[in-house]
Amino acid sequence: MTIDHRQHHLDSVRSFLSVVVYPLQWLVDLPDTSSEWFRESLSTRRELQEENASLRTQQLMLNTQLQKLESLEAENRRLRALLDSSFQVGNRHMLIAGLLSVDMDPYRHQIEVNKGSLDHLFAGQPLLDSQGVMGQLIHVGPLTATAMLITDPSHAIPVQINRTGLRTIALGTGSIDRLELPHIPTNADVRVGDLLISSGLGGRFPPGYPVAEVINVEQDPGNTFSEVSARPRAHLDRSREVLLVWPPELPNPDPRIGTSAETDVAEETPEDISTP
Amino acid sequence: MNLTRHNGGLIILLSFAAAMTLTIVPLSDSLRLLRPDLVALTLIFWCLVLPYRVSVGSGFMAGLLLDALTGTLLGEHALSLSLIAYLCVRLHQRIRAYPMWQQSLTVLVLLIMHQLLTLWIDSIIGRPAPGISYWIPSLIGAALWPLIFQFMTSLRINFSVQ
Repeated sequence: MTIDHRQHHLDSVRSFLSVVVYPLQWLVDLPDTSSEWFRESLSTRRELQEENASLRTQQLMLNTQLQKLESLEAENRRLRALLDSSFQVGNRHMLIAGLLSVDMDPYRHQIEVNKGSLDHLFAGQPLLDSQGVMGQLIHVGPLTATAMLITDPSHAIPVQINRTGLRTIALGTGSIDRLELPHIPTNADVRVGDLLISSGLGGRFPPGYPVAEVINVEQDPGNTFSEVSARPRAHLDRSREVLLVWPPELPNPDPRIGTSAETDVAEETPEDISTP
Repeated sequence: MNLTRHNGGLIILLSFAAAMTLTIVPLSDSLRLLRPDLVALTLIFWCLVLPYRVSVGSGFMAGLLLDALTGTLLGEHALSLSLIAYLCVRLHQRIRAYPMWQQSLTVLVLLIMHQLLTLWIDSIIGRPAPGISYWIPSLIGAALWPLIFQFMTSLRINFSVQ
């Protein structure tokens, strides 16, 4: 146990076990998957047409927003070049994975993803959904991978307040809809409704993705720090599909994935080091 | 005798597989905190009834698989299930002679020891302590023990597992 906790020599054992238990997980997931499949195959032509139409309008709207984003990105790059600061807006490789509908330990916020190291996933890989950051992978087996959500009590993610640029960390609390921001001075400018984005410090999460929204700020003049809590943007308990992101310098089908995963794991949670 | 001795190994395996499946079946958030530890109950049953076939080794393997399934620290459940398997095998003659309600109480003690050990390990690695509801699964497990015992006994007689 100590070896599993401190070092990572038992990763191969764990990935072997994850293959052994995969049939059980598949079995448990089966009703959900098959009902989804039935629903899709039994839906009428009319429903499909409606869905198609709504998706088309949505795509049109998103495309319009994307155009604006592209021009903004170009402008941003130009301004950053003027300032001589390095900033890469790289296109990242992404992969859509499904969640297995299985329950894990009820006191840990973990989910099971139906892709594994056969799809070049690696431990420490960030996990997003359409709304924001969800978590990161902690164990990767050949067929499945386990991810820790950002609300797990032992998880911390370096964030930045979008409006002011104030850097801090968001800690998981153990309840699915709340994050905690410790060590924010009482005089810091934090307001309810502020968007927290990932700051990219620590090198694990990509910078600039929405993480949470501040829902409560308690400033007690007697204390050094104010109590700030936030609600995760990602639908942590409702999403069925997640996005897995690869860092830009590491292309998707990379033969050296194994080595990079080890170095990633070796540095004990860099999130903890990157205090503001 | 030798032929019948190795009867029904498949049933034992299947019962463990079923217990593990039921452990990961998705439930709603309020119900999942109440789910009894069926793998531990299955282990206790087989250890009481067939102590020469199911004991510490099986407990350890079941625990490892359970760790992989639920994403806990590898070896956490393995250690605590080994412990309760050891106690069961050690005391099986005494426990088997108990009336049902006393058996339930013994099972409750075993389940609580199992949970206590996992709680200790969790707190050593720095996980926050869960609330009082952490202990409810043990109570439910002990309350369900007569049912589970009946069911497993009928299973055992039907398939003549020895």
